[in-house]
Amino acid sequence: MKNYIIQSIRLTLVLIVLLCILYPLGIALAGKLSKGNGGGEKITKNGKVVGYALLGQSFTKPEYFWGRPSAVAYNAAGSAGSNKGPSNPDYLKEVSNRIDTLLKYNPGLKKSEIPADMVTASGSGLDPNISEQGATIQIERVAKARKLDEKKVKELVAMNTLKPFLGLFGPSSVNVLKLNLALDNL
Amino acid sequence: MNTELIGIIATFLLTLIIAIPLGKYLAKVFAGEKVWTDFLKPLETGIYKLSGINIKEQMNWKQQLKALLTINILWLVYGFFVLIFQDKLPFNPDGNPGMTPDLAFNTIISFVANCNLQHYSGESGVSYLTQQFVLMFLQFVSAATGIAAAVVLFKAFRDKTTTQLGNFWEFFVRAITRLLLPLSIVIALVLTFNGTPASYEGKDQFISVQGDTVHVSRGPAAQMIAIKHLGTNGGGYFGANSAHPFENPSYFTNMVEMIAQVIIPIAMIIAFGYFIRRKKLAWTIFGVMTIGLFMLMIPTLSSELGGNPALAKMGIAQTTGAMEGKEVRFGPAATAYWSTLTTVISTGSVNGMHDSTMPLTGLWQLLAMMINAFYGGCGVGLLNYFIYLIIAVFISGLMVGRTPEFLGHKVEAREIKIAAIITLLSPFLILAGTAISSYVFTNHGGAAWAVQPKNWLNNPGFHGFSEMLYEVTSSNANNGSGFEGLGDNNVFWNVLTGIIIFLGRFLPIIGPVAIAGLLGAKKFIPESAGTLKTDTKTFALMTFAVILVLNALSYFPALALGPLAEYFTMLK
Repeated sequence: MKNYIIQSIRLTLVLIVLLCILYPLGIALAGKLSKGNGGGEKITKNGKVVGYALLGQSFTKPEYFWGRPSAVAYNAAGSAGSNKGPSNPDYLKEVSNRIDTLLKYNPGLKKSEIPADMVTASGSGLDPNISEQGATIQIERVAKARKLDEKKVKELVAMNTLKPFLGLFGPSSVNVLKLNLALDNL
Repeated sequence: MNTELIGIIATFLLTLIIAIPLGKYLAKVFAGEKVWTDFLKPLETGIYKLSGINIKEQMNWKQQLKALLTINILWLVYGFFVLIFQDKLPFNPDGNPGMTPDLAFNTIISFVANCNLQHYSGESGVSYLTQQFVLMFLQFVSAATGIAAAVVLFKAFRDKTTTQLGNFWEFFVRAITRLLLPLSIVIALVLTFNGTPASYEGKDQFISVQGDTVHVSRGPAAQMIAIKHLGTNGGGYFGANSAHPFENPSYFTNMVEMIAQVIIPIAMIIAFGYFIRRKKLAWTIFGVMTIGLFMLMIPTLSSELGGNPALAKMGIAQTTGAMEGKEVRFGPAATAYWSTLTTVISTGSVNGMHDSTMPLTGLWQLLAMMINAFYGGCGVGLLNYFIYLIIAVFISGLMVGRTPEFLGHKVEAREIKIAAIITLLSPFLILAGTAISSYVFTNHGGAAWAVQPKNWLNNPGFHGFSEMLYEVTSSNANNGSGFEGLGDNNVFWNVLTGIIIFLGRFLPIIGPVAIAGLLGAKKFIPESAGTLKTDTKTFALMTFAVILVLNALSYFPALALGPLAEYFTMLK
């Protein structure tokens, strides 16, 4: 028994060196070669960092495309979903309010055109993407607010739409931050 | 067919393409036969030398368990103190506080037990030191513990009669050096080069396009996410787990993480068959498990892809399915697929919030964790299934009036008693735990804890009951996922689930290893016309029926009060 205790302590120490020092340091070093040097890829505008490529951020002004509702107001230091159950009455009221907001700011929009992702909170609260349909329903509003041709905005949405992986797997999506920066750069 | 469905079918096929050869490889590794990774032998020899281990020393099943428990208890003590004092130790760039004793108690048991139920949030509850030196460390060694325990069982059935079951330390170290570490390096690199942070930089800050100040938690996440999946641990680096865009940046990484979490559980089944030279038995077991997986997955897909009926009534479009708690880049199909995988095996990582899934999805998630043996966790999945096998052997033996035997060894009263106790343990822990928490919720709502019982449910009604049932079930299954709306960081939940996780981990390891040890030591009876064959379709069906009947009888009332009741109220 005493033998096992000593062996356990020694083995634990050896494995800590291997698994908690050598392994993660090695990966961190290799990560220096990746985009963002292993600290997350940043996006800049006029030389200033305005966000991370992978993290959604809050857009509320009419001239920007809006992202999905977030349970944590896009707090990138406290990710979480709403954890609301599907039958929760308070939750259903909230969704119904979001639908009304969308209808109010996007004149001419029909309820049946609103995709679920635009009125439901994401799992992380940081979802950087919306669906293609989620962008499409906002084109008219954005074009008006920016006094742009709708066709031009539509083209921009198409250019910023990420197709399924390898064209085969998974959904397509639109990165809201990149799309909005492209708009600002026009 | 749409790209979301093609995506999950491709993921499953890729999983098999990797897992089956991996299983054959593992059988060789643990049998000490020649494999291409033998160049790592000097590393292993070095580890043994530094640790004072002589791998030639053979252990019987009791010695195996003693070694296993000794080192696990050591980790409990070590981790507990680091968690409490993390604010006073180095590598805490974000200045996060030390844990309260009850939270540390829960967290350390949870990680030693390969459960990874998390009552803290990664961004604000732990330091970089804790993430790497305690949590990630335990993700490696707890997975290796499960694998090593399963290999002891392999050993018991390889030879006709034996008490010499090899050396625990050798199995344990090899599980790390030949399997977990190399694969972790590959997966961590894939994640890093697809956007997951891997460096030690602390919190960042920027001004967003609209002028908000945003703080960003970062850190060495890729390293942990790799082993969190390979080791079926599931404990994420960030609060939102694999729904967080840093933990799981794209559909591609989502495929990688879905494959990573299930290859070792499948490989262990294949390895079992090749190791004991009964390949057909392994394929039979694999068949039962895979059918079980699909029986849970197909209805899950159908309930998620159908969308939320309450939202449908509002008149919006749910073309791809229910989206609350899900991420656009994965879509509902891949999230439903993940939710089934993570509950049948004991990963418990999530790429979407289970609390917000449809009522019937919740039902299948719960049932998957209650059964806990379709593939199951690293090594322990097979141990759990072994208990069902022994019960099935016993019942079939009674039905045909023969002495029950398993692989040439008589199954007698002692083995059946152990199997019965382990079988009864899960319903006891799950139902008693849910009953106690419901009682506290209804009768002691004002107790002065960090989260008062009357406030700990995030959702009213039947769904609230499901939140408690899920928490306890996940603890017993060492799964670690949650209906995260539950306010679980208080002394009640920390202690209750801590105890359940501990019992739900170690008894189901001790039981099967003991049965295997006892059987392996018995006189070998050669197969004859009267032998009950355990690798036939009939016996597979029998095992499946045993699993179904045992779990339906145990859990139907509780499931009826939670997800089923919610489902029927939503039909109105």
